[in-house]
Amino acid sequence: MTPFEHSVLDVAGVQNAYIHTMWTVLLGICALMYVLVLGFLLWALLRARRTPDPVRPAESTGVESALYAWIGLVIVGLFGITITSYAVDRAIFAAGQKSGLALEVTSQQWWWDIKYQNDDPSQSFHTANEIHLPVNVPVTISLRSPDVIHSFWVPNLHGKQDLIPGRDTDIHLRPTRTGVFRGQCAEFCGAQHANMAVYVFVESQQDFDRWRAGQLQAATAPTGSTAAQGRDSFMTSACPLCHTIRGTDAAGVTGPDLTHVASRASLAAGALDYNRGNLAAWIADPQGIKPGNHMPTVGLSPQDLQSIAAYLDGLK
Amino acid sequence: MCSRYLRISLVGPLWIVTLLALGGCQREKRQFQSSPVTESGPMQVRTTDLQAGQTTPLQPDARRALYENNAYNLSEGKRLYQWFNCVGCHAHGGGDSGPPLIDSAWRYGGEIEQIYATIQQGRPNGMPAFGGKIPEQQIWQIAGYVRSISGNLSRSASPGRNDEMQTSPPEQLMEKQPPVTSSPAATEGTQK
Amino acid sequence: MATEVTFPRDETTRAEAATHEWLSRTWATPQGLIGWLSEVDHKIVGRRSLITAVAFFALGGLLALTMRVQLAKPDNNLIGPDLYNQLFSMHGSTMMFLFAVPVMQALGVYLVPLMVGTRAIAFPRLNAFAFWVYLFGGVMLYVAFALNIGPDTGWFSYVPLSGPQYSSGKRVDFWAQMITFTELSSLAIAVSTICTIFKQRAPGMSLQKMPLFVWALLVTNFMVCFAMPAVMIASTYLLLDRSIATQFFNPAEGGDPLLWQHLFWFFGHPEVYIIFIPGLGIVSAITATFSGRPVVAYPLMVLSLLATGFLAFGLWVHHMFATGLPRLGDSFYTAASAMIALPSGIQIFCWIATMWEGRIRFTTPMLFVIGFVVVFVLGGLTGVMLASVPMDLQVHDTYFVVAHFHYVLIGGAVFPLLGGFYYWFPKMTGRLLSERLGKWNFWLFFIGFNVTFFPMHILGLEGMPRRVYTYSAQLGWGSMNLLATTGAFVLAIGVLLFLVNVARSLRSGQRAAANPWGASGLEWATDSPPPNYNFAHIPVAETSEPLWDHPHELPVAHGLRLDRRELLLTSVGEASPDLREPSADPSIWPFLAALAATFLFILSIFTPWGLYIGAVPVAITLIGWFWPRPGESIEREG
Repeated sequence: MTPFEHSVLDVAGVQNAYIHTMWTVLLGICALMYVLVLGFLLWALLRARRTPDPVRPAESTGVESALYAWIGLVIVGLFGITITSYAVDRAIFAAGQKSGLALEVTSQQWWWDIKYQNDDPSQSFHTANEIHLPVNVPVTISLRSPDVIHSFWVPNLHGKQDLIPGRDTDIHLRPTRTGVFRGQCAEFCGAQHANMAVYVFVESQQDFDRWRAGQLQAATAPTGSTAAQGRDSFMTSACPLCHTIRGTDAAGVTGPDLTHVASRASLAAGALDYNRGNLAAWIADPQGIKPGNHMPTVGLSPQDLQSIAAYLDGLK
Repeated sequence: MCSRYLRISLVGPLWIVTLLALGGCQREKRQFQSSPVTESGPMQVRTTDLQAGQTTPLQPDARRALYENNAYNLSEGKRLYQWFNCVGCHAHGGGDSGPPLIDSAWRYGGEIEQIYATIQQGRPNGMPAFGGKIPEQQIWQIAGYVRSISGNLSRSASPGRNDEMQTSPPEQLMEKQPPVTSSPAATEGTQK
Repeated sequence: MATEVTFPRDETTRAEAATHEWLSRTWATPQGLIGWLSEVDHKIVGRRSLITAVAFFALGGLLALTMRVQLAKPDNNLIGPDLYNQLFSMHGSTMMFLFAVPVMQALGVYLVPLMVGTRAIAFPRLNAFAFWVYLFGGVMLYVAFALNIGPDTGWFSYVPLSGPQYSSGKRVDFWAQMITFTELSSLAIAVSTICTIFKQRAPGMSLQKMPLFVWALLVTNFMVCFAMPAVMIASTYLLLDRSIATQFFNPAEGGDPLLWQHLFWFFGHPEVYIIFIPGLGIVSAITATFSGRPVVAYPLMVLSLLATGFLAFGLWVHHMFATGLPRLGDSFYTAASAMIALPSGIQIFCWIATMWEGRIRFTTPMLFVIGFVVVFVLGGLTGVMLASVPMDLQVHDTYFVVAHFHYVLIGGAVFPLLGGFYYWFPKMTGRLLSERLGKWNFWLFFIGFNVTFFPMHILGLEGMPRRVYTYSAQLGWGSMNLLATTGAFVLAIGVLLFLVNVARSLRSGQRAAANPWGASGLEWATDSPPPNYNFAHIPVAETSEPLWDHPHELPVAHGLRLDRRELLLTSVGEASPDLREPSADPSIWPFLAALAATFLFILSIFTPWGLYIGAVPVAITLIGWFWPRPGESIEREG
């Protein structure tokens, strides 16, 4: 697995930059208030030991004016936070109004179906659990969920947006530096909520165009007899009932698109790094790796397992 | 202060809970792993009650309880019924080009073992053979679900409504239609 | 500084002794098993509720420890996803529904009648019924958990995940029905407590002289009345969707998953204030006593409680900022969520000012109050951070929020609660808890708590979401998680020390006088533990600090019957004597009605006919309960 980033505080997008400003303001104001409260508490604890007698119910004059000053300070602080929050929110909204790339992300239990949208259908394609974006280009991602509530969250780029059945939501991103940024579903969605990651590769415009052109192609034909045998085994066993490999007869839509599975960095929505061994392991025992997920244990003979793995490993 | 009733009320439930925990509840068990070999279904299953001489009863499979009384397996079966497009021919049980599954008439048997065999082997006039395509555990799950469509399974285990447009009452509210096997000719043609 | 409180003597001590003897007989605790089940004395019912709640706290804590062990290292396979999901659902449901609200209400049930100077709580049988319903609901949930039918969709059970399509079996149904039990119980206690506070206060205790703890419980119980119905509706809709195919949450047929969220959080946000506000009352009581002076700015303190209670109902959408609701609307909830920090901030200032003006005794209860300030204020400030929509969109549903709410809930409720236990334990049991063990308890709890939950702020900012049963080693979350797990065990030892302290003190603790702390409230004007009838004579509260202003002789009211259970009702505002009211005798019917209700609720999980079949025993027991008894009159002029 290539090294990736997954953190709120390392800013990699315009929207997260604004949020970072908000975080700084909040941290500053809240830290100040906390220090004031603790300071007052400490002073009270130390002072009280030295006072011989408690002051009778008519409080010392200092306390009342201090209370009003405190109320004033709290109001000013809260007001400041609220106004800043509103301003930041407006700025994030404005930053999202530019159009650029359009994606459609459909969240399923427990993987992400990514569609690169284009008005010309021959220019749109599906992939799974991995997004590539050109740097500094605004992206609008329409989000929908056919099953339960999920949440799309790539912390380095932006806050999260829930995907709610019956509602169409969207999220706007604009990455500002290249890198690999990990995201994860952030709304409890069942047994394998913990293993529903998405990887966002932000790259230069040329790298993105090259990737995109590759993804648009139909599946690579198998090279070598094992891979060819694997393709035939694939097509005659359970696999095409759920998976699509464009350019072949496999057209199932309930599972992830496998046309370019070997070009991806991870398997099973981040549960495994992609390599041939993990691929074979996943096919052999998906329930052992990600118990409860919807890929069943398919009874394949060892030769079939090897040949199918060889075939899929060639689908770059 | 610690009356003996207080002590009983604290210790008593502890014993009950421990005993219950050892028993567990079959309806709620979620078994994710399945071994393909042990899940192979009955290939030799009688599909009709029409027999010469003394009728021999259908041998219930040992896995029947697991796939008929387990809520998780039934809900998985319901999901797969849509995913593998059973809906395309059987609709949501009402039948279309394929026969209805909601009633008591079963051409090739309405017990779970017989339904399993039908799905796995295919049947004449349009029922595809899914053996070798759909893994065995999933065929069992679908077969169990099909049993629930006709209201034959326990209400607590049968699935509820789906989050989609409603086409029929959910399986848990279906009227029970015990399967009557054998072709219409056998039941209608010769009865007086 | 324990002051000796003596009651005014009648002409002869023999008359006084006769009064006590008559009252003991009239208010006697019934004997035998039937008697044990018929108990309606608010102190005994309150004590049972407290013990039950602490037992659930311990169980919830064990669940949390198990979760922490699983998360201590990456890719851990100690606990699989199905069990883990049940663990966090049970932990949340236990702590929120079976511990936090019941324990605060139970403390109110025990203390409020004593604090307002009356003999019993209003509607004692309803109060007993509430305890049994709570106990049965909690036990039902744990029996379900033991049978693998425990909830696994979180304590908040969002649809569609918890709906009929995605949650098979009866797990969610048991959870939803547990809600029915606990909310019924809470509502019943709320009614009893509010009526006690409004109508049974000691003569002279006008609303302006009421202790702050009683004000806090008044606000809390009103909030219960308005918040609990929302979650009862939500859980009922969910049960109906799952059992008879209603379409409340089905978007394809006109329903909406967000309806669940609105209904649940309309309850859920006030719920956390229901948990937190009694803690504020406890802090006021302890701070006043151990600073040797009343809390500064009483009117402002009361207004802050009222403002917090009102504002709490206007914040719920801040749990839904990520759902795609219109952003302008979200901004209003940002403003409201920030605004509620103001009354709490005022209260914090006033408590510290009270300490500043007073002479502090560093007893264990006071230590817990100081701990409360340090912990709760940090949590409140992270709450203000979460109020901001852009910030919330990053840290919502991460461990940052987990850190936040544990800081405010443990800091704002459990710290005061432990302090309150140390404070009122001598009153309830007649024995003092060990101060030495108490200090160890406090420091282990405080340090363990911070080591557990502070790292979670960092984990949230590093991107760790909630409700995950494991995480990859590549993410680098391992060391913070291990630290949190270590802290959790230290915290657990602190809790264990508390239980040890209680057990030892019950057996051989130092005996406590009526007022071991030198406090000023009416509950300290009677023996430790109080006799069944609370007070031999109804006290008269001429000031807001009765025992400080009348250290030797407390004015009392005479005239209540000694041969029947009778209370004095006073007016709502000024507490001038109004009526003499009979108080219910012990009765088995609340227990039987609770059994009938349990049967109805559990049967309806399995069949809709349960409602009709179960209504029959409920009707029978209610008829038995309310059957008029000869010689019982309603009210007599006092």
